Amino acid sequence: MAIVSRGFQGRRRPSDHRLPPGQYETRDFPVLSAGPTPRVDRDAWRFSVVTEGNERRSWTWSELMALPAEDRVVDLHCVTKWSKFDTPWRGVSLDLLLRDVDTEAEFALVHSYGGYTTNLPLKDLLDGQAWIAYRYDGRDLAPEHGGPARLLVPHLYLWKSAKWVRSLQLSARDEPGFWETAGYHDYGDPWREQRYQGD
Amino acid sequence: MARAAVSGRLGERLRWRVATLVGQRVETPAARTLVLDVPGWPGHLAGQHVDLRLTAEDGYSTQRSYSIASAPDGASLELTVQRVSEGEVSPYLAQDLLDGDLLELRGPVGGWFVWRPEQSEPILLVAGGSGIVPLMAMIRARRQLGVTTPFRLLYSVRTPEDRMYVDELQAPDPGLEVTFLYTRQVPEDWPRFPSRITEKDMAAVAWPPSMLATSYICGPTAFVEYAADLLVELGQPPDRIRTERFGPTGD
Repeated sequence: MAIVSRGFQGRRRPSDHRLPPGQYETRDFPVLSAGPTPRVDRDAWRFSVVTEGNERRSWTWSELMALPAEDRVVDLHCVTKWSKFDTPWRGVSLDLLLRDVDTEAEFALVHSYGGYTTNLPLKDLLDGQAWIAYRYDGRDLAPEHGGPARLLVPHLYLWKSAKWVRSLQLSARDEPGFWETAGYHDYGDPWREQRYQGD
Repeated sequence: MARAAVSGRLGERLRWRVATLVGQRVETPAARTLVLDVPGWPGHLAGQHVDLRLTAEDGYSTQRSYSIASAPDGASLELTVQRVSEGEVSPYLAQDLLDGDLLELRGPVGGWFVWRPEQSEPILLVAGGSGIVPLMAMIRARRQLGVTTPFRLLYSVRTPEDRMYVDELQAPDPGLEVTFLYTRQVPEDWPRFPSRITEKDMAAVAWPPSMLATSYICGPTAFVEYAADLLVELGQPPDRIRTERFGPTGD
């Protein structure tokens, strides 16, 4: 049972029912990254999916742009406690990118330019739940927010939505990524408040 | 190998604890250090943070993360809170709390933006504003352990009165070099005009790339972005630069 903080009023908002436990709403778009922002040239950019059998399927930037894009407005939830509602994105659904990939893998380890990694179940990347996003709020995605393209998996804490996404390594095993190795949760469902290992 | 930075059963380490405020220090007009007694505190690494949970009488509750300012010291823990006007939580913590008040917290959290005493390479700390807090924990941990690893601190603030821990930073601490930068107003007879951090400022403190130093940068997003870019341009390998960005989150 929580103890009451003497004299603490708090600030309730009409939108509080959209907040997962322990989160608060922000109207800004904070930036959280572990190191310097990588600058990735679109001409050299590739996105790849690598199966457990080491088969690789890659897309160049112009190939990605040639695919049908989806516009989605989603809520973001960061493990550092802020949530941001109604964020507008454009990207290519991973359903489309993974459609012809032959795999029995159950997990994906996401790799980014700059060396970041994060892990999640493959099924969380399917069924209209995840995109390779390259526009935000009507503009090209800024480098500090993961441009040229980032993974967008809004139903999980935002560290799973890897910035500067480079590849998906599919695997039968759930291999912890960067923050997961440092004690953060392997799945990261904000509605179950899975912030840290053991939550 | 334990995956977390501080070992111990996770269920125990990450359970909510009740801390008691046992003292306070004014650091700047807008910042206050809270001295907490946390029975059973498992210890922490310099640079880690805690999650605080505040609950109103009607059960409404909200959480925030705050960096730990103190070196590991038994059950005692210090947090420095910068008051953000219009913030929901920081004005309460920095103005309204009284000695004896209780706070719920859990942690320590974060295994990346940490300095471990066994690191032998030179260290550069770059702080913007309240980003000094986790870096101060590193300076204090180094001093407490008597480690001789060379440390440099570049600390950018708007005006002289915005400096936290100023007496402590100006006291002799062999192997620690402290450089202040002022962006709005400088002390009397200060040799540099007020301006944001420049390449020249950074070049004066960056370790030669061949020394394989580790750099820690903490502060507001724009500051961290710019400072990290400067270090990369000066030849520091990106994987030797660790960043922690604050806000702008309105709190």
